[in-house]
Amino acid sequence: MTDEEDERQRRQRMRSIAIAWALAALVVLFFVVTIVRLGANVAHPLVK
Amino acid sequence: MAEAGLNTRAEVLGTAEGGDVAEYFALMKPRVMFLVVFTALVGLVAAPGHMHPVLAVAALLCIAVGAGAAGALNMWYDADIDARMARTSARPIPRGRITADEARAFGTVLAIGSVICLGLMANWVAACLLALTIAFYVFVYTMWLKRSTPQNIVIGGAAGAVPPMIGWAAATGTVSLESFVLFLIIFMWTPPHFWALALLRVRDYERAGVPMLPVVRGEDETRRQILIYSLILAPLGCVPALLGLGGGLYTIAAGFLGAFFVMFAYAVYTERQGAEAERAAKNLFAYSVLYLFLLFAALLVEQGFGLSHSSIPLLWTS
Repeated sequence: MTDEEDERQRRQRMRSIAIAWALAALVVLFFVVTIVRLGANVAHPLVK
Repeated sequence: MAEAGLNTRAEVLGTAEGGDVAEYFALMKPRVMFLVVFTALVGLVAAPGHMHPVLAVAALLCIAVGAGAAGALNMWYDADIDARMARTSARPIPRGRITADEARAFGTVLAIGSVICLGLMANWVAACLLALTIAFYVFVYTMWLKRSTPQNIVIGGAAGAVPPMIGWAAATGTVSLESFVLFLIIFMWTPPHFWALALLRVRDYERAGVPMLPVVRGEDETRRQILIYSLILAPLGCVPALLGLGGGLYTIAAGFLGAFFVMFAYAVYTERQGAEAERAAKNLFAYSVLYLFLLFAALLVEQGFGLSHSSIPLLWTS
């Protein structure tokens, strides 16, 4: 395997790791936002 | 327009290598993203009512990603121009680190994702504004105006001026006169800011075939236009104080900052030859960035610390 191929694979691996972190962060963000919005609705329920 | 030895659009679009994470981040124009987030934050903080800090951070994150997406799509479409200009030739696509197709896919996914997330996490008024801003920047400014008229950055500047309105809308679910005034300030600030840069890079723009004002109408006309826009911008910067959005600190800051802006613009207008002319344009460009930052920072400090009502007595309000 050439140095160039090694370098290409290294960059690909780094990109994959970055995507994984971004997706994990998105999951956490959605969870936290859901809790916050849920909390606000529990504190101030809509009157029907 | 392409000259011998310069990269054509086809050559630029055809290269492929696969960039690293930092290069994808560079596609998002981080410095522009910072200014967008900062002005959106001011709109969000200045808006009436209270927004949960978590939701505010999430909204700002979505706005940042949306701005980055627009930047990536701009770099995709303008790859041929970027390759011909010294200022932009080191960007990831002209350097062959990321292909134009990858940049387009990256920008499209982020654009759609940021709009949907902002809609879900804040509200759909803010999300629609973000979507319109991205679409305006990509389709109206990048694809149409930039290559066809010297008014490109005047009209296209609207895209960069919307973030305070998005921040305001994220907090309140509406747009208002106050947020529109913040939009107008950035809108009027954009032409003198970019024309000062264009005066410094006129040969670059000429070579790339971008019809910036100094290229099409000449440097003297550009200096005149810079002064006119600056004379409008300086008093416009004080309007938030009249609307009650800014207090004493903001009023003083807007007055002094505006006066200095006109001073720097007047120097550009009068100094037309040699090193003095170049220095005047450089000074205005650097100061314009500082102007917008300090003006919005004054508003942020006042609103963030609840100082906006401790205004100095003004003759017209007494």
